[in-house]
Amino acid sequence: MGGYGFYVWGSYGVTLVLLGGEVLMLLKRRRAVARIAPEPKVETRKAKFEAAMVSDKL
Amino acid sequence: MSTRRINWYKYAAPANFYPLAGKMIPFFTVVTVLLFIIGLYVGFFVAPTDFQQGESYRIIFIHVPAAWMGMFLYVLMAVYAALGWAFNARLGSMMATAISTTGAIFTFISLVTGSLWGRPAWGVYWVWDARMTSTLILMFLYIGFISLQASIDDPRRADRAGAVLALVGLINVPIIYFSVQWWNTLHQGATFTARSFTMAPSMLSAMLILMAACWMYSIAVVLVRVRCIIREREREAPWLAEAVA
Repeated sequence: MGGYGFYVWGSYGVTLVLLGGEVLMLLKRRRAVARIAPEPKVETRKAKFEAAMVSDKL
Repeated sequence: MSTRRINWYKYAAPANFYPLAGKMIPFFTVVTVLLFIIGLYVGFFVAPTDFQQGESYRIIFIHVPAAWMGMFLYVLMAVYAALGWAFNARLGSMMATAISTTGAIFTFISLVTGSLWGRPAWGVYWVWDARMTSTLILMFLYIGFISLQASIDDPRRADRAGAVLALVGLINVPIIYFSVQWWNTLHQGATFTARSFTMAPSMLSAMLILMAACWMYSIAVVLVRVRCIIREREREAPWLAEAVA
């Protein structure tokens, strides 16, 4: 880096640590949230269709 | 005339936005990774060495996108906070809260990388120059927004207080942008304007690709965070409570 290694790699290093840290903290938060409020079951079109098929057979 | 329109109001409801955001996250994550790889490759292997600054100029590829994201995200945060406040739309306020952390991180990155670039370019890590000082104020506005919201227990009151702060602080964004024109600063002028590009095409493309990468990253991260916020805040709401029961 022509003698500028500290500044260039320092800049990219700080960016990597901060953005990587943000992602890790967010994944941790997502796990914590999953303990207090489990994933909502969202009615997809496929689920509705399958439910209709089952009720038809019955 | 077609009667089929996207019902935007539908997605203002957290219950409808939650699954939509979930579907969008994988797309933005993949695009983020690809753009970072391409942008860094062009920035380090294709873009030539600068004839004045040598290799140290390569900091620009992350410094400029981070500085722009800091400002863009602030405006976006203020707009969402205002929507949440004016229309009593809680998803708007949740989006503002979700954006604030990412905006603060990008502003901090722009300050640190700017400082690391200042040392080889100007001989100093920091000067109380108009652009740097106004960017530091932006950082404090983000920190103020986050701390203010964290200090109020009632989420809707926290949203309103945050919205006031975000809107008042909005005045700082044009000050940052025009600071290099209004004051005689050590910081260089705009890297590119609508009329002129002052860089080699490969340098410009590396910067623009990394800019796009930062946008995609922000969208992905904000969507994951807003989904967490929705689940934390709405866990008593019928649509979530029924799903849990």
